[in-house]
Amino acid sequence: MILDLAAQGMQMFLVLALSPLLTGLVRRVKARLLRRRGPPLLQPYRDLLRLMRKDAVLADNASWLFRSTPYLVFAATWVAAALVPTFATGLMFSWTSDLIAVISLLGSARFFLALAGLDVGTSFGGIGSSREVMIATLAEPAMIMIVFTLALIAGSTQLSTIAGFTLSSAVGLRVSLGLALVALVIVAIAENARIPVDNPSTHLELTMVHEAMVLEYSARHLAMVELAAMLKLLLYVSLIACVFVPWGLAPEGSGKMAYLIGTGAYLLKLGIGGTLLAFFETSVAKMRVFRVPEFLGAALMLSLLAMLLRFVSRSL
Amino acid sequence: MLWVSLGSVAGLLGLALLAIMVAQRAAGGAIIYGGSLALSVVLLAIALWHLVLLGASPLDIVLPLGLPWLGSHFRLDALSAFFLGVINLGGAAASLYGVGYGRHEHDPGRVLPFFPAFLAGMNLVILASDAFTFLVSWEFMSMTSWALVMTHHRRAENIRAGYVYLVMASFGTLCLLLAFGLLAEPHGGYAFDVIRAAHAGFHPGGGRDSALILALALLGAGSKAGLAPLHVWLPLAHPAAPSHVSALMSGVMTKVAVYGFIRIVFDLLDQPNWWSSMVVLALGGATAVLGVLTALVQRDLKRLLAYSTVENIGIIFIGLGLAMAFRANGMVAATALALTAALFHVFNHSLFKSLLFFGAGAIQAATGERDMERLGGLIHPMKLTAFVFLVGAVAISALPPLNGFVSEWLALQAILLGPDLPQWGLKLMVPAIGAVLAFSTALAAACFVTAFGVTFLGRPRSGAAQSAREADRFSLTAMFALAALCLLAGILPGFVIDALAPVTRALVGGRMPVQADVPWLSIVPIQASRSSYNGLLIFLFIAVSAVIGMAAIHRFASRRIRRSAAWDCGFPDPSPITQYSAGSFVQPIRRVYGRLAFRAVERVDMPPPGSLRPAVFSLVLHDIVWETLYTPIAKAVDHVSRVVNRVQFLTIRRYLGLVFAALVLLLLVLAIWQ
Repeated sequence: MILDLAAQGMQMFLVLALSPLLTGLVRRVKARLLRRRGPPLLQPYRDLLRLMRKDAVLADNASWLFRSTPYLVFAATWVAAALVPTFATGLMFSWTSDLIAVISLLGSARFFLALAGLDVGTSFGGIGSSREVMIATLAEPAMIMIVFTLALIAGSTQLSTIAGFTLSSAVGLRVSLGLALVALVIVAIAENARIPVDNPSTHLELTMVHEAMVLEYSARHLAMVELAAMLKLLLYVSLIACVFVPWGLAPEGSGKMAYLIGTGAYLLKLGIGGTLLAFFETSVAKMRVFRVPEFLGAALMLSLLAMLLRFVSRSL
Repeated sequence: MLWVSLGSVAGLLGLALLAIMVAQRAAGGAIIYGGSLALSVVLLAIALWHLVLLGASPLDIVLPLGLPWLGSHFRLDALSAFFLGVINLGGAAASLYGVGYGRHEHDPGRVLPFFPAFLAGMNLVILASDAFTFLVSWEFMSMTSWALVMTHHRRAENIRAGYVYLVMASFGTLCLLLAFGLLAEPHGGYAFDVIRAAHAGFHPGGGRDSALILALALLGAGSKAGLAPLHVWLPLAHPAAPSHVSALMSGVMTKVAVYGFIRIVFDLLDQPNWWSSMVVLALGGATAVLGVLTALVQRDLKRLLAYSTVENIGIIFIGLGLAMAFRANGMVAATALALTAALFHVFNHSLFKSLLFFGAGAIQAATGERDMERLGGLIHPMKLTAFVFLVGAVAISALPPLNGFVSEWLALQAILLGPDLPQWGLKLMVPAIGAVLAFSTALAAACFVTAFGVTFLGRPRSGAAQSAREADRFSLTAMFALAALCLLAGILPGFVIDALAPVTRALVGGRMPVQADVPWLSIVPIQASRSSYNGLLIFLFIAVSAVIGMAAIHRFASRRIRRSAAWDCGFPDPSPITQYSAGSFVQPIRRVYGRLAFRAVERVDMPPPGSLRPAVFSLVLHDIVWETLYTPIAKAVDHVSRVVNRVQFLTIRRYLGLVFAALVLLLLVLAIWQ
């Protein structure tokens, strides 16, 4: 019981502690690929701490919603990230929500963030929110269909069961899994506002979606929003790792040794995932906002195809 | 028990008569709404008592009213108890809200008598247990609600709304009349238990008749519920009524229509063929997507809510269609799951849609505006209304941890059982419907970001929005009660599911697993290794981590606030019209889906360099259903009536000749028939 609780607490702590590191890694690798030296790996932590210490500047007409949204968004994203298995499956509270609920929790976070973008009544906030919800209307159904595909293959929407199923030898290579993986990567890129959908490091109105939405935030509020974005990136990397490469995950009720191995494997997966993301981001160009629907439409079609294949044949 | 509920309904009718007398008095509103509130609470208590504590064994009464050889049959069983609860919960909330909101009504004599009568009509439909009483109550409900739609009868748009509503309501009742005629068979067994006995079990031979009855029920109940393409009256009529009546019509009356459909298809009719479920699924899916896409492009807040009702009806019918598909294949557990999802959504939608309409009414009372592009910044003067409206918006967008998510999640779980269906058509249809459901949910979230964001956030776009005041205590109490129920049903869904068990057991002979025994109050639709959800823990986790995060930062880092002008990348524009409006907010979405859904054309007319005239932006949206279906019908009716009109101006000889010809023709037909 105590060990279970400790493992669950460890998971919550781990995702929170590692998420700025993952972002730092992606930035660092990107910089190296562009032949810059790049910021140190721990820079995101320093940024967050600095932001938290500053005075928050609020617009005159900012409402209570504007002030409470960062904490809500952070909390919802943190809970969602902590519900995706990282180093072990079947943790104490892993059954509180299945994959559909995890996705919807991210939807709740986005709902509030989009509202916060509209709160002050500036055109930048509006443009960001408006584009964010447009992207969400394509990404969310695609994500749900990916979940359907996985759920139909594994016979469950519980992430722990899905991971266990992938680990078992019953899976083999399947066309629908491959399609789902590609679609999931596309959705992950869009949801995390990465290139080519959005550029996390610009403040240029033509390219920005997420950054425009949170433009009015400063200091501790901004720190919360940024931390939530980092947690979301970590969540998607853990999700892909948990579903498609679950090797090393400690099964339910295993000892400390398995947890240690699981943590090591998880760190390795995060490293690989972050590096791959950096490689991908440096190799493509940012696309226009109205090309994004085509990009996400591809994810939608792939996931639909994957699901239909699955419905039609149990072996594909 | 049934006597008490019928007595309460009679009390409501009595209140309607009383209202005619007291309507012009100052205290009239308080008396009538207070009385409706008390009677609704009595009916609600009966429904809950019957459903939860008594295990819902049916009660029957036959009164010597109505047709002399038939009498009026009334029955309280599990299904009617559930819907009685939904109706009177909405009715009680609307009455409480009306106590405060009704004071803003200029002409209470046009609302007060019809309000309790409308409530009585809906209750009678639920309690009726023979075709005659059912149809009479149904018509009574339509007529009273029509009168309420026509409250502000001097506005041209309301007259049109009333007219379209009247036509569609008559059409719907006609379909139901024919459906009951076919159900009753030639010897005229109009009582529901006679029909039930005649149609019990599966008749392979009766397939054609049952398909026809199903189609008629779908048309009749669907036109009242707002199933596409019969939904066109709904977005016109619901917003036209005063807001507490809009809440009743959208949140409650559409549920009465759903009840009618369930009663005919799941209770009275024999088991329909599997392909009929495909029709229901397709219509449900089309309704959901069409409703939410049209809701997105609205500027009028109440009309947006009405279109969103269309969407939610689509979701409910998707659940019902799934239940029909599983039932036709004898999959009892899956049927119970899908039916529970549909009924849960019925309950949820009645909560949050009433809440949202109350919010819209509070805004209308405070500012006199329904046009979102003339509102904005209302979160400052109307803090409490903004809070409850936000709760409703999150709930209807199917976001955890509120209630909308739970019913959506159950529906998705039911869809995931789809591969077990044997028929290929359904195998392909069910995942497509899953995609449609996910898509309309995502669009609903976008829609309510717009609705809340443009109305309550930003800077006020008009003087009226600037000088708004908070709603009165009664309205706020009603809204807070509904918001609290949204939260409770979201974090403790197991109790609702268990309360629905008698309904599914009576209709399809099965129920979802008992949820009260699951540890930690989770819900487990099939088995724990397959899927589970715990709204309570999710809610607590979010609350605790938000509070911890905030407390830690305030304690150890900084809690200082400085106020200053908005940053806006250094270019803040003081004029509120430079803000994003409803139209501009959904422009990206409109651009992605609009060409398909509305044949949208956006034109920007840029003046050539050197010219001083302003650039002009124009947007044309088409209502495809109206243009492709209703306009031709209306044209055809016009044409036929113009042709037939000539018959009006004949001489007496010709009339006599016509009468003679008709007689001969009839006799000939009769002769050939024999």
